[in-house]
Amino acid sequence: MKILVCISRTPDTTAKIAFTDNNTKFATEGVQWIINPYDEWYALVKAIELKEKDPSTIIHLINVGCIDNEPIIRKALALGGDEGIRVNSNSEDAYVISSQIAAVAAPENYDLILLGKETIDHNGSSIGGMVSEMLDLNLISLSTGFQLNDTTIEATREIEGGEEIVILETPCVITCQKGMAEARIPNMRGIMAARTKPLKIIEPIPVSPLTETMAFELPPAKAGVKLIPADQPEILIQLLKEEAKTI
Amino acid sequence: MSVLIYIEHHDGKFKKSSLEALSYGHVIAKENNMATVAFVISDGRLPVADLGKYGATKVLTYSHIGINESDSKSLASLLCEVVKKENVTWIIFSNTLTAKLIAPRLSVRLKAGLVTGATGLPTKDGVVMRSVFSGKAFSAVKLNTEIKIISVNPNAYLINESPEKPEVAELVYSTSASTIKIKERRLSPGDIPLAEAERVVSGGRGLKGPENWGMIEELAKLLGAATACSRPVADANWRPHHEHVGQTGLAISPNLYIAIGISGAIQHLAGVNRSKTIVVINKDPEAPFFKSADYGIVGDAFEVVPKLIEAIKTTHG
Ligand SMILES: Cc1cc2nc3c(=O)[nH]c(=O)nc-3n(C[C@H](O)[C@H](O)[C@H](O)COP(=O)(O)OP(=O)(O)OC[C@H]3O[C@@H](n4cnc5c(N)ncnc54)[C@H](O)[C@@H]3O)c2cc1C
Repeated sequence: MKILVCISRTPDTTAKIAFTDNNTKFATEGVQWIINPYDEWYALVKAIELKEKDPSTIIHLINVGCIDNEPIIRKALALGGDEGIRVNSNSEDAYVISSQIAAVAAPENYDLILLGKETIDHNGSSIGGMVSEMLDLNLISLSTGFQLNDTTIEATREIEGGEEIVILETPCVITCQKGMAEARIPNMRGIMAARTKPLKIIEPIPVSPLTETMAFELPPAKAGVKLIPADQPEILIQLLKEEAKTI
Repeated sequence: MSVLIYIEHHDGKFKKSSLEALSYGHVIAKENNMATVAFVISDGRLPVADLGKYGATKVLTYSHIGINESDSKSLASLLCEVVKKENVTWIIFSNTLTAKLIAPRLSVRLKAGLVTGATGLPTKDGVVMRSVFSGKAFSAVKLNTEIKIISVNPNAYLINESPEKPEVAELVYSTSASTIKIKERRLSPGDIPLAEAERVVSGGRGLKGPENWGMIEELAKLLGAATACSRPVADANWRPHHEHVGQTGLAISPNLYIAIGISGAIQHLAGVNRSKTIVVINKDPEAPFFKSADYGIVGDAFEVVPKLIEAIKTTHG
């Protein structure tokens, strides 16, 4: 079994969100970078669990990004990946990023391609679907868990208004979310081993983006909280009705 | 040329978020002199002609028999056929789980730029605002392609009535070659889906235990609201996981969000700070949530919430 896990680098969840260069760039100063939680906690750990069951499993990690992303690839290797691949592109366009992943994956014939349901910075939820189309694979989106029996997958996925269980054959792409696995922290042995695991750097294939990010904007600041005395909640009801007009 | 809107339904009714997407699509269609084409996969129970009320000039209803809605490949094939036949240049989804399954695949197949989580209408140059950084910011994204796909965030665009007499076509399509089998489907009927709810009452660890959710549910019911919770509450299994909102849960943007016994950690705020009005009830005046709130009550939830419930009953009664 050969698994590709796509990992993205995102700002830590507590990072201050601000922009520079006339609001065209995210302000990276002082920002701690992490593996996108959905990619790490769910996709990667699920791949590691599969390898624990079947030690012949090979886990490749792919990140599309610049050299600054290498620490998070090393961290993923420390958690349990076998080999890292970094495609040296700074693109922010989902189509370009997916094209890079698909170009690397196509000759490798992975049985499974796992990734998080979205990143916590772009929130695009697009890469899994795009990669699956580029490789002509089935897609299981928003999966909360799956079982693998030889080449048959039984996966639970979230749908509008509920959930469903689907059955299909590998190879396929699965976007992972809560329920898939439990977060882990790398141990010392993993960290040591990660130092010598291969990390391949590949130059990107030329692809034109379909979208272009022009600028960022912060939401307007709140005017400040109006406090209501705890023993007069009827005032709150009145304000919600007459001022906020929400009830 | 036309604007195609993907319409979803639940329990025999159109989803509110789909009607928002239809209203949104209709505005684009009118501005560009295009037809507003609604696409529905129907089980036959739906009053499809009603879609005219929100601007549909044409309704394509495909019988659900023969269509595997969990198979993005075959759905994309069907949609591509429709796009060709109707000369579609804009495809509008509500940003639902369905859109997340199909839209990216469609984007690749049609080489059509995709903006997910849009919060406003596109400008003349095809620039659309979308929500990024888990609700902490917006970005302006330009679509450079001939065909453009947008998924609109629920509650971001209001439903507009704009009556038209739509031409209704009933069609069939077969995806029998599908390689994904649906073994089981569990739908929860009735409840207001959290992602689309206009009002949400949410509880945190301050409520001490699952046995205390009676008052949260009662308050929600009185307000016609859905219920939500913070992550530790879902992690402790006090509440089901699908109620978990925040950075690693669902991101919501209701008109009213009432947070009870929730401290307002940055990861929680990420999922809820696009709510139009935020009410915080917390016994700690220093709770960070008050900084992001419009209205606040400093007090013990176990005293404040029952009083609030009484107050609503009196004013509404
Ligand atoms: C990577 C990461 C991702 C995360 N993602 C999420 C996420 O998606 N969603 C999320 O919610 N959290 C998330 N968290 C956790 C987050 O940091 C907080 O720990 C969590 O939101 C706290 O939940 P809480 O407010 O319910 O509990 P607490 O922080 O324990 O707050 C309880 C609050 O209740 C108040 N209280 C206590 N008793 C009463 C009473 N009787 N009446 C009124 N008020 C009372 C207290 O004053 C306190 O403010 C994440 C954390 C990390 C590190």
